Amino acid sequence: MVEPKNNVIRLDELDMGFAEDVAKVGAEKINLCIQCGTCTASCPSGRRTAFRTRQLIRRALLGLRDKVLSAKDLWLCTTCYTCLERCPRGVDPTDVILALRTMAAKAGHMLDRHKMVSGFVIKYGHAVPVNEENRKLRASLGLSEAPPTTHTFKEALKEVQEITKKTGFDKLVCFEWK
Amino acid sequence: MQYAFFLGCVIPNRYPGIELAMRKVAPTLEIELKDMEGASCCPAPGVFKSFHQSTWLALAARNLVIAETLGTDIITLCNGCYGSLKEANEILKTNSSKRDEVNKILHDFNKEFRGTIDVKHFVEVVYQNIETEKLKGLVKKPLHFNVAVQYGCHLLKPTKYRKVESTERPKFLDELVEALGSKSVPYRDKMMCCGAGGGVKASNPDVSLDMAREKLENMRNAGAECIVTPCAFCHLQFDRGQVDIRNQSGVDFNIPVLHYVQFLGLALGLESRKLGLHSNAIPIDPVLKKL
Ligand code: SF4
Ligand code: SF4
Repeated sequence: MVEPKNNVIRLDELDMGFAEDVAKVGAEKINLCIQCGTCTASCPSGRRTAFRTRQLIRRALLGLRDKVLSAKDLWLCTTCYTCLERCPRGVDPTDVILALRTMAAKAGHMLDRHKMVSGFVIKYGHAVPVNEENRKLRASLGLSEAPPTTHTFKEALKEVQEITKKTGFDKLVCFEWK
Repeated sequence: MQYAFFLGCVIPNRYPGIELAMRKVAPTLEIELKDMEGASCCPAPGVFKSFHQSTWLALAARNLVIAETLGTDIITLCNGCYGSLKEANEILKTNSSKRDEVNKILHDFNKEFRGTIDVKHFVEVVYQNIETEKLKGLVKKPLHFNVAVQYGCHLLKPTKYRKVESTERPKFLDELVEALGSKSVPYRDKMMCCGAGGGVKASNPDVSLDMAREKLENMRNAGAECIVTPCAFCHLQFDRGQVDIRNQSGVDFNIPVLHYVQFLGLALGLESRKLGLHSNAIPIDPVLKKL
């Protein structure tokens, strides 16, 4: 007989405190979910991918910690907040996803592309920094070559960098200080 | 009206034409802009808030404090910046333990969050303080276009941090576009996300682009001659996204994209070069020819 192994969720594999942890990280209302699926039905990302908001919340409630935090799908939410506005139970599913991402980042599952963007903020103060082409464009429009932001004010950039050191963000995103 | 002008990242560093348009349009609306010297990335809400909330709050607070020092509310031209700064401002104003935590960090730089200002989006200011009737009176060149209006998500949602008439069928931006002589065409899934937010454009570019493609198809089917949006990130997604779609699948939408402040600038009679429209990836010529 074939054992339907993949479909069996074993009680001893569940982390019963997981949903509590998610609640503590900022998604207090996760327990209110009644699995109606309004979130999944509203999701522009789920329309074209296998990402299912309802399922993610179900797995989190069950306590499938590793499966949830290591899932690539966790990064498919565009934070459009449609599900949050429509959820009939006020679960705030987008906040659940943000909390799960926070936990995933801490557990070492942050994606390289996101580390890179974060690194830009530490290095330049901007997630999208100015480049040569844009400097020229700015000048041709009669604007300063660099905008009056951390790109121009070095002391300000230093503040941004010090803040990321103080909060430990530099370590979280594996930023290499030269 | 004085405002602290928050630039963000995409506008000054990819579409400076939007920055220029704002600097040219503001005086006509009796808006005086003060530069927020040394401001940084807002930081991007969907990304930084989800990685590390205290870093997101501290960096946002640092930006908010720059405006507090100037003594004026913030004005932004990007839904991402708006969402991030508005939400951080609300949290810091109402949650004293988070405020204390942030102020402990800012203390070393002789800064303190006090909670003395508000964060406004440009279209919110135009709608609430200038009003559509007065706006109609300012129009020098009525724009007769079929426009696909793209609100963008973070202008409206989440409603727990802002008052919005409706997130499913809002009207104010359509009214602002129609006040300039155009028709806002209804199109399928108008309120759907552009696909760029939440770090998806960086992590899953194909999924992100496919959302833009779906919206572009719906806009084209509705006969849209251009897209008008108040969000710098939606703007980037639809403008450069059309080039990416062309390169990947050979499909050419060729729908010009304008930020609302640029669209307004045209209606106020400003030259397209003064609005930086020539630097768009999708040529703006069809719009200019019809003026
Ligand atoms: S819409 Fe709300 S209650 Fe329904 S499944 Fe999603 S999170 Fe649960
Ligand atoms: S906020 Fe995220 S999960 Fe919710 S509908 Fe939008 S993309 Fe889907």
